[in-house]
Amino acid sequence: MAHLSVNRLSKAFAGTPVLLGVDLEVASGSLVAVLGASGSGKTTLLRLLSGFERADTGSIEIDGQTVSGPGVHLPPEKRRIGYVAQEGSLFPHLSVADNVAFGLPRAERRNRRKVEALLATVDLPGSYASRAPHQLSGGEQQRVALARALAPAPKLVLLDEPFSSLDAALRVETRQAVSAALAASGATALLVTHDQSEALAMGLQVAVLRRGVMAQIATPEILYRQPVDIAMARFVGEAVILPGAVTAGAALCALGRLPLARPMQDGLVDVMARPEQIRFPSKPNADAPRARVLSVTFYGHDASVLLELEAGAERVMSLVPGYRAPRPGEDVHLSLEGTVMAYPRADTTGTESVELSPSRISQFPMQPLSVTALGIKENLP
Amino acid sequence: MSPIASASQTGVEAVGVRAVVARPPAALVAAALVGATLVLLPILYTIAEAVTVDFRDAAGLLFRPLVGRLLLNTVSLVIAASLATAVLGTAAAWLVERMDLPGRNVWSALLAAPLAIPPFVTSYAWVSMSNALQDFAGALLVVTCAYYPLVYLPVAAALRGLDPALEETARSLGESGWGCFLRVVLPQLRPALLGGALLVALDTLTEFGAFALLRFRTFTTELYAQYRTGLAGPETSLLALVLVALCLALLFAEFRVRGDARYARVGVGARRTSTPAALGWARFPVLAALGALAVATLGVPIGMIGYWLFQHAQAAISPAAPSSPALVQAVLNSVGYGLFGAAAALLMASPIGYLAVRFPSRWTVLMERAAYLAQGVPGIVVALALISLTVQWVGPLYQSPALLVLAYAILFLPLALVSVRATLTQIPPGLEEAGRSLGQNSASVAWRVVAPLAANGLGAGAALVFIFVSTELTATLLLSPIGTRTLATEVWANTSSVAFAAAAPFAAVMLCLSFAVTWLFANRLSRAAFAGWS
Repeated sequence: MAHLSVNRLSKAFAGTPVLLGVDLEVASGSLVAVLGASGSGKTTLLRLLSGFERADTGSIEIDGQTVSGPGVHLPPEKRRIGYVAQEGSLFPHLSVADNVAFGLPRAERRNRRKVEALLATVDLPGSYASRAPHQLSGGEQQRVALARALAPAPKLVLLDEPFSSLDAALRVETRQAVSAALAASGATALLVTHDQSEALAMGLQVAVLRRGVMAQIATPEILYRQPVDIAMARFVGEAVILPGAVTAGAALCALGRLPLARPMQDGLVDVMARPEQIRFPSKPNADAPRARVLSVTFYGHDASVLLELEAGAERVMSLVPGYRAPRPGEDVHLSLEGTVMAYPRADTTGTESVELSPSRISQFPMQPLSVTALGIKENLP
Repeated sequence: MSPIASASQTGVEAVGVRAVVARPPAALVAAALVGATLVLLPILYTIAEAVTVDFRDAAGLLFRPLVGRLLLNTVSLVIAASLATAVLGTAAAWLVERMDLPGRNVWSALLAAPLAIPPFVTSYAWVSMSNALQDFAGALLVVTCAYYPLVYLPVAAALRGLDPALEETARSLGESGWGCFLRVVLPQLRPALLGGALLVALDTLTEFGAFALLRFRTFTTELYAQYRTGLAGPETSLLALVLVALCLALLFAEFRVRGDARYARVGVGARRTSTPAALGWARFPVLAALGALAVATLGVPIGMIGYWLFQHAQAAISPAAPSSPALVQAVLNSVGYGLFGAAAALLMASPIGYLAVRFPSRWTVLMERAAYLAQGVPGIVVALALISLTVQWVGPLYQSPALLVLAYAILFLPLALVSVRATLTQIPPGLEEAGRSLGQNSASVAWRVVAPLAANGLGAGAALVFIFVSTELTATLLLSPIGTRTLATEVWANTSSVAFAAAAPFAAVMLCLSFAVTWLFANRLSRAAFAGWS
């Protein structure tokens, strides 16, 4: 259990910068998910932390001890950082027990009870100890890899896309087993992934790495509901973006007057909502925005509905429970549940005044809408 | 995102990151540098010696009838042998891989087997059969018999690797069988075919024993003659330099042809194999031709050795009875030097191979290339250079077992390096990193992770080097300590004095040893080593 502190960490490969001054704090005993697209530098960050690569500038401290910094580079074996690689990287020439015991002091390597206890933490039966790695499924291999990493009681555990090579069903199960094992061991953990839902589901905090920079570090809920910009909004999930304006602390757009998740100065904005916020109330308000259903993609548990708004012919996406999916061509009333984010318009490149002109405002419905007016109290059939 | 797509995407990223890595350990670099320097030493010495000759003298020494004749002999034989082996090897590979030949597996083993017979033994067999086989014709026959597997093996592997869909597409586009072969198959076989033929050329240039027995004069036999008559000096170095230049030119051509294909792993996936074509009535002449090839390449050497084994010594032109103590001694020496030579070559190759695989950079690649240069330096040149160097600078090393082992290590470093590289490439770097993150230092990881995983591959590589060392003739002849005789030098000595019956037991044991080790490791060799070496 240890506190990890990363300060201004930078790394370039052959002149190409990969990390550009990354800052990250991970509280003792917590699990932080580092989310990034491929090429964002997340694997490099893990390799710098574990000591496989040397940082160009910046420092890494674990519990106040500098393991990497100017003139300091502790070799991997001295850092006490457990590492679970993408493919598990079990030693193919050793049994499961010998794999798990690999990092233990020589005297403890033959201690079968200790190995079985470690296997139990990752929810594997002790009978697996004598098996060879190739006799295990992908998910089991990952669990053994975690048990092996936890065996020497590391201060910090790094997980490099540990579930990406597993199929969907195995992924959920393995994720839960790993979460439980990490929580039980109390280890501080850093999970790297490119899978948004994985990051949101597993991380106590999610740090989004974008082109070598930490773009946002927040709890999963804040990250999803209040992303720092539109690109982030699109990266962590589906987003409905509509042009609009902020006046008097609320956002005006084709969906009406909507409450803001974060207060903002008046001006032209892009309004961001999530598709699941858009509902089709059975008893709509008289002034509720209307739209036509263009197409429906049915997934079973839910369905995504492409809509064309009557006002302004904007297209928006809505996500509804599968059993409530409308038919293509149907006309529906919309309401928006919850709050929205607004971002200053990117296309007001300084030449146009950000001040609201009456003509721009007239594009939007002016009725004052409250949260209740938006149909929060819709009646479920 | 599907699991497959996500896995491959992140895989690409990981490879990209690992392509450029941290600085390699200093001790490893030092060890690799020592190996690379030792390999370059004979070449550099030969050049240094040759340039001491005055320019006008050098011109006079180079432009004389003797050099012209050697050049003509050597070059014409190299060209003829390359062409003959290319045609023979490709035809044999095509028949085995693409035709419904009865007993394909037996044929593919029989066609590769001559590689285990040293050329000078083939030479001994033919010479002892008939005096008529001398000079160019004899040399071409022996070299073709001994070296055609160098073309056969890579071409057969390439044919197996070809996607039959390409040929089917060509046929569906209206191309005939022959047109398909010329326009689709042959271009794809080119790297394997050219690479194999260039290796034949290189080995023909550096071969010594086979030609000496046939009294066919090439650069190598001339160098040996000059050494034996005590004429070795700067003029010899000049002659050696011409030979080395020819060899290096071929080696560079081979590098270019193969490119990085030399390092590529042989595919293991379940590729669809093509349906063999029906031979029909042609099967009988084809079988007869392949049978004749097997008789010439395997039957004659084995048959002649067998014949002389059961002949009275007097039947040979020069009567000399084989002695069993000498046989035992020669076997012990051959095996002993084989083991030490293999160990030394592997020891020298390991740091170079490890650096090249795990820390690829301009410098490590350069070091690896330098090591491969040894392939282009004939044994006789290495031996002569080492003799001169030790006589001048480290007298006690002269004619010591250590020097002979060093010569073996230099000569077979490329062979060992190919195995080391192939083996290390198959060990994912993630395993070493996992070991480090579990608190083990690099030495402990090398011992507990890399060594056990590499053991099989390195063992196969060592076996291959062992075969070559224990049957090596040229360097052994020049460098072995006084009184030390190996199987190869015994065969050589007895054959030179036309005591064919006396040579037979040594040759027989040598072949048994060679075939036994090859057979033991046949599968691994064909996968790891032959793909790169032959």
